[in-house]
Amino acid sequence: MRHKDFFFWGTFACAVTVIAFITLPLMQMLAAPSLEILIETILDKDVLNSIVLSLSAAALAALISFILGTPLAYLLARREFRGKQLVEGIIDLPIIIPHPVVGIAILSVTGRNHWFGQLLTDLGIRIMGSVTGIVTVMVFVAIPFYIKAAKEGFDAISPRLENVSRSLGASMFSTFFRITFPLAWRSMLAGIIMACARAISEFGAIVIVAYHPMIAPVMIYERFESYGLKYSQPVAVWLIGICLVLFLVLRILTTKQKRAA
Amino acid sequence: MISLENIHIDLGEFHLKDINLEVEENEFFIIMGPSGSGKTILLETIAGLVQPKTGRIKVAAEEITHLPPEKRGISIVYQDYALFPHLTVVENIRYGLHFNKADKTAGENRLLELLALLNLEGLEKRYPESLSGGEQQRVAMARALVVNPQVLLLDEPLSALDPRLREEFRLVLKQLQQNTTATILMVTHNFSEALALGGRGAVMNGGRIEQAGSMEDIFQRPESTMVADFVGMKNLFAVTLKDEMAQINGLEIQLGHSFTASRGYIAIRPEDIVLSITQLQSSMRNSFPGTITRIISQGFYYEVHIAVDKVNFCALVTKGALLEMELQEGKEIFLFFKSTAIHTF
Repeated sequence: MRHKDFFFWGTFACAVTVIAFITLPLMQMLAAPSLEILIETILDKDVLNSIVLSLSAAALAALISFILGTPLAYLLARREFRGKQLVEGIIDLPIIIPHPVVGIAILSVTGRNHWFGQLLTDLGIRIMGSVTGIVTVMVFVAIPFYIKAAKEGFDAISPRLENVSRSLGASMFSTFFRITFPLAWRSMLAGIIMACARAISEFGAIVIVAYHPMIAPVMIYERFESYGLKYSQPVAVWLIGICLVLFLVLRILTTKQKRAA
Repeated sequence: MISLENIHIDLGEFHLKDINLEVEENEFFIIMGPSGSGKTILLETIAGLVQPKTGRIKVAAEEITHLPPEKRGISIVYQDYALFPHLTVVENIRYGLHFNKADKTAGENRLLELLALLNLEGLEKRYPESLSGGEQQRVAMARALVVNPQVLLLDEPLSALDPRLREEFRLVLKQLQQNTTATILMVTHNFSEALALGGRGAVMNGGRIEQAGSMEDIFQRPESTMVADFVGMKNLFAVTLKDEMAQINGLEIQLGHSFTASRGYIAIRPEDIVLSITQLQSSMRNSFPGTITRIISQGFYYEVHIAVDKVNFCALVTKGALLEMELQEGKEIFLFFKSTAIHTF
């Protein structure tokens, strides 16, 4: 019995430490600004614009990840091919690379000195200092999270279900929409939320590609640099609040999935 | 009806080689073989779910080698049933009818018939996770049959059922085969199932077909040591043949008729070997004294291993016989077998 107690209290202590480690700084920051300042901040047009830009660019990045990433995730879940590990390694790269390096890398192919950048310029697409640039960077950093979540969802579905569906007369398209999608949509949605959250949190790469128009993390950084902690906190509170809601939704969705399965 | 010609399949680590097979219309064809011999892949190839590298597949004289699975009219039932977990029982069964719009009322009627035939009435609104193994299996069968397939592929459909349900479903299968026009191919590990259901069959090994033919031939007249061993011919010996005699390590066995080959194999089913504690006056031409080396319980019967000089034989006896003859390891005993029980190849 005493042994078990020791085990229980040991795990409990670790859990408390981890939760405190994450929540203490955040709580402190959330509690720092007064309600008045918070309201004043959100009424500031620049702040509101930056948060709206952060959210909408992140949502767009998540949508693009969904559209481009789903077929790839399906392919990775269903097919074995030479170089598959290499492909998976490449998909992981954006997670590993330091964020400013991501920004520099994107600028280096989209700059005028590169044929691709030249092509974009000819098409009238600007990356540097534009919303397009922000979304591009966000897709770059967010798409691995979507692909991983969606692939896991597809992996969990036995290919035999798809085989049976085909043998009963359904084309590959019908099979995907009648069998695969209804069984994987929760994982896909979780992936979209993960990708969206990751996109919102990106700072290092975006600050290099597009300081303006200003997304919320860049604004927080700017206010901190120019005016100090006190002025950056309220913007941060708003951003954290939004991220918290996103992740709560994610948790609720995944627990529902377990109950259904 | 179904003919496979020179099928080769390359799945990286795994290969199917030289598959040639003919299955007649409305036949119940059994595919047997050890795990990993390629039985499921063979079914999936017929269904169009695996593409052969070379070779041709024909169904009803029409070549379907490159036809997608949805155009073949071939249903498959997997060992784990592969029911769609997000659909109810009736939605699962109706699934194939969505793609078969021509005869909607006929399809719905067949669905009702199958619900009745497979004893699934009352379960229509349930989800697969709430069904027992036997119920899931019947839903999978109904789903496969509702589209009136020309060919029905069964991948060990009975292996996950308990023995009583197995027996029951064996009868249902037999009945189904008589009531439908479908040609059935079934993979099984169970010999009594194979013998009860199949007219003809094939044994696979290492991606090849070792032997195809009537079930009787496979079980009584195997063409290779692999098949002989697989179907339980535990007494399998490499022999030298001369006139009507086979010689194993100096032990002479009467075959009853002569063979032209000078070397070969003989195989005797363990249930064809008779044991006695005294020398019998019998018509059996082969009679040898030996010593029991091992007795292994096989549940309802016992496997008795007997050494005759340097040759080891294996016989099957019931528990009653074991007790009556007081068989035990080290005991001296006589064994007999008819020359007609010897299969030479």
